[in-house]
Amino acid sequence: MATQFFGDTAVLTGRTLRHVTRSVDTIITTAIMPIALMLMFVYVFGGAIDTGSTKYINYMLPGILLITIASGISYTAFRLFMDMTSGIFERFQSMPIARSGVLWAHVLTSMVANVISLVIVVGVAFLMGFRSGAGVPAWLGVAGILLLFTLALTWIAVIPGLSAGSVEGASVFSYPLIFLPFLSSAFVPTATMPGPVRWFAENQPVTSIVNTIRNLFTEQPVGNDIWIALAWCAGILVVAYGFALVTYRRKIA
Amino acid sequence: MTARPNTGPAIRVQGLEKSYGELKVLRGVDFDVAPGSIFALLGSNGAGKTTVVRILATLLKADAGTASVNGFDVATQPSDVRELISLTGQFAAVDEILSGRENLVLIAKLRHLKDPGAIADDLLRRFSLTDAGARRVSTYSGGMRRRLDIAMSLIGNPPVIFLDEPTTGLDPEARLEVWETVKGLAGRGTSVLLTTQTLDEAEQLADRIAILHQGRIIVNGTLAELKQLLPPAEVEYVEKQPTLEDVFLAVVGSKK
Repeated sequence: MATQFFGDTAVLTGRTLRHVTRSVDTIITTAIMPIALMLMFVYVFGGAIDTGSTKYINYMLPGILLITIASGISYTAFRLFMDMTSGIFERFQSMPIARSGVLWAHVLTSMVANVISLVIVVGVAFLMGFRSGAGVPAWLGVAGILLLFTLALTWIAVIPGLSAGSVEGASVFSYPLIFLPFLSSAFVPTATMPGPVRWFAENQPVTSIVNTIRNLFTEQPVGNDIWIALAWCAGILVVAYGFALVTYRRKIA
Repeated sequence: MTARPNTGPAIRVQGLEKSYGELKVLRGVDFDVAPGSIFALLGSNGAGKTTVVRILATLLKADAGTASVNGFDVATQPSDVRELISLTGQFAAVDEILSGRENLVLIAKLRHLKDPGAIADDLLRRFSLTDAGARRVSTYSGGMRRRLDIAMSLIGNPPVIFLDEPTTGLDPEARLEVWETVKGLAGRGTSVLLTTQTLDEAEQLADRIAILHQGRIIVNGTLAELKQLLPPAEVEYVEKQPTLEDVFLAVVGSKK
């Protein structure tokens, strides 16, 4: 049974990966917005933001990476939604295969597509002068946190992908997620924000994740932030996974 | 697969009920489909045909009643049922981004068959899609899409096939092609449950016809039996005008 699950999931993942490689525009669209934001913040607003001794692009890259993921998962919801409406989802569900493999294929594809977009964005950041003295373990730590964040957000994306009534509905959920880094320590130090906004910024998940990644890049101790960041990611993952499964069961008997 | 000699019907539906909130879609549906026969479920839009098919295909749970395929209960033995069936839904469930051949290979792999490529090539040939095999399905016509859809359903030779309104939305020529395909299926011993909105289609294809109306089967019999229920035919002489379909087929010079 387990070997069948892995075999079927691999075949189905191959299928959805082809959807990504054959519509390269989705990868470019995913990467282009964060890159545009990066250009604007670094070359327009950045000069007015005081980030101490840290170069501004080094300061804001972690937030840009989270925005990249948040915009990337809207395509996960889109691809799943298209499978639901085209009937191919039902075809797979009526076949003698490991049924959950269909969902996992979308989840794995989402991970791969986001990694590609992240690599592109980091590459552009390097061209714009981003530098990090971080060693291999720190880079692995950054990759691990980004992957966990992608996985958690992907399971959020599965919910509208399964249940949306229209294409717009399937992707609109990602807008607040894209916006969340602006209300965090991602672009501006939280100390400059007025009371309630500052309280929100300091206590929402993005800030702890951004701080952790930033500290890893700048070879600073990560302190408590890494545990708060991991707790947020794990918490979001568990809750989103639970809701996604409930939605799935409601759709398919 | 579990080997169990099946002497009963290929499909047995008894007292099937299903409601969506207040709306009672099925109010006690009963019918049997004999092995190797084509059974047509005839009904207008919203009669509940698709609901019956979705319950049989293990995609939806019934509120009451039982349904079985080759003796396996769809509610309690769904994975056994999935080994036996193939579903061709109301809308061609094909992957638009893959090529026709890739679609076939995908299904063959999921059914764990040896040599998926050869299976795909054979089906492309049988369904006159060889030339289009390498093209993306998004470039296919409605008829080609439907043919590919049915070809995908035949992979692994499932003994029971559900065809939910297979010709809805097709032009007359494509419809004839699908009809030929379906007739061929029954010739090979496959049991087919077909839903349709047109008596014409049921008449062309089915060994037995059941009319589903307001959630119940109101008539179930062979075409001859159904015709006896109609008022006796009166002989009248009228000039037969060609239908648009006749004109269309004459003009385009269809093979039929």
